[in-house]
Amino acid sequence: MHANRRSKMIGFLYLTPALLFVLAFTLYPFIQMLWVSLNSWTLITPPRYVGLDNFNRAFADKQFWVSLGFTLKYTLIITPILMIGGYLIALLVSDNSPLRRFTRTVVFIPVVIGLGVSSLLWYWLFSADFGFVNRILLDLGVIERPVIWLGVDADRSNLAIIASIVWKVIGFGMILFVGAIQAIPTEITEATMVDGAGYWQRVFRVILPLTRRTVLLVTLISVIGSLLAFDQFYIMTAGQPQNLTATSVFYVYLNSFPYLKLGYGAALSLILATIILAFTVVQLILTRRSET
Amino acid sequence: MSAGSVAAAREAHRARGLRERLWDGRTKYLVGAICLALCTIMLLPLALSVLASFKSTAEAAAVPPTYVPRAITLDSYERLWTYQAGLPTYLLNSLGTALLTIAFILGLTVPAGYGLARFPIPGKELIFVLLLLALIIPYQALLTPIFLMFAQLKLTNSLIGLAILHTVIQLPFSLYILRNSFAAVPRELEEAAVVDGATSWQVLLRIFIPAITPAIITVALFAFVTSWNEFLGALVMMSKGSSFTLPVILAAARTETSLGGTDWGMLQAGVTISIIPCVGVYLLLQKYYVSGLLSGSVK
Repeated sequence: MHANRRSKMIGFLYLTPALLFVLAFTLYPFIQMLWVSLNSWTLITPPRYVGLDNFNRAFADKQFWVSLGFTLKYTLIITPILMIGGYLIALLVSDNSPLRRFTRTVVFIPVVIGLGVSSLLWYWLFSADFGFVNRILLDLGVIERPVIWLGVDADRSNLAIIASIVWKVIGFGMILFVGAIQAIPTEITEATMVDGAGYWQRVFRVILPLTRRTVLLVTLISVIGSLLAFDQFYIMTAGQPQNLTATSVFYVYLNSFPYLKLGYGAALSLILATIILAFTVVQLILTRRSET
Repeated sequence: MSAGSVAAAREAHRARGLRERLWDGRTKYLVGAICLALCTIMLLPLALSVLASFKSTAEAAAVPPTYVPRAITLDSYERLWTYQAGLPTYLLNSLGTALLTIAFILGLTVPAGYGLARFPIPGKELIFVLLLLALIIPYQALLTPIFLMFAQLKLTNSLIGLAILHTVIQLPFSLYILRNSFAAVPRELEEAAVVDGATSWQVLLRIFIPAITPAIITVALFAFVTSWNEFLGALVMMSKGSSFTLPVILAAARTETSLGGTDWGMLQAGVTISIIPCVGVYLLLQKYYVSGLLSGSVK
């Protein structure tokens, strides 16, 4: 009894540093954000309580909707490319031959590179005069004169950035899909081979259903990652033209830091966090349901 | 069944086998070709960047760009070495932050994982959920309040402050991995040491840490890569040029116009240097990387 209470105490002591850290640097900032979002505050003037004004202002703010709409558009385009592309590559390389192992390793390399740095790399590759995308397309005869990819036309900028991000993160889904495909018991695969089912029949009837959980999980991670996109847009377009390519996080950043509208920035952050949370909850419910 | 029909069936079987083998052979080449094409697409941007970083100053600014440098020079690296506060400063900032992040993460999550997995703490499920709080609140949303707090604590423009932020980002993943690894250690190992009269701290050091070393390497690896690569937090927290990390100074250099346009050669030298540590540790420790991804995401 005494030993048990002592061991509870000791166990709690081991937890204390991490607990204090999370209370100080995650929970406290979160609560402070709730408070700041109800105030008008520019750092120069003291905070002034304004109730829900910041939220009303956000819903009436055209740029807020432009940013949110652009972020959703980006997410809606890139997610299917990442999921279908990643899954096809995983099917291609899930066996353990040397060439496939090598391909897995190579496709995953861009995942470990920083998003900021890969965006700088693609900022150069997509530059109109100095970049290789135009050079290669000109050499292949696909285009006749250099295309200005970034910062002039919102859709063309989006396309270029999506291409760079597909390159950067497609290996992430691939690795998780390969793990899930390899975890399918060999008896099941062999049984369907004996049935004489064709390859694609096997994929749709056996492999895809058995890896559904991983597919949902990777979708969730991709969607959240895309909704929180910042680095690639900050670096490759800086929100241009006319802030049409400023994502939601970008707009939060602009308000909180360069403009120092802290209360408004906090309100925008909170709206964004709520949207993300809603996606997480929906996906988790779907995942739970797919298990039963 | 007549002898003739058996022979015909056998013949048909052989023909099908041959057709399948031919098809298999063809698929094999097709798969091989797609694999090689994929590898080329993935590696080409990196190869072009590395090659561009070795071009001479004039060639790096050529329109259209040349595929292969006419001469190999270190001009771009020399310019990067002395750019603004100088490359060594930015490298040390990035490296220092990453090492501090590893230290903070291990210092917090190794004991916490041990406590959660091995002690009868009341309400520990609830505590675990609280510790994973950062999973549901994206850190991008917390940047404003954390910035305000750090401004008061004089932790902006400080490697310690940035490492704290990176620890906030990385803590849930690390704790999750370590708690599961502590829970997977067989009880007999622990009991033998307890019978010998070892304290819980000695048991942690002598029994558990050696038993879960792979998980510790995984956690340290991810902490390093996250911190080394993180951009938005560093952009917000570091306002003084001399405290910039590598990605932040490179992003600032991309729009540098004082010398007549972006210095593309120097930029690619910076990209090359930023990429080397991440790709290096990934290729060396691939096993830990992939196992961390798989166990961290199978929730």
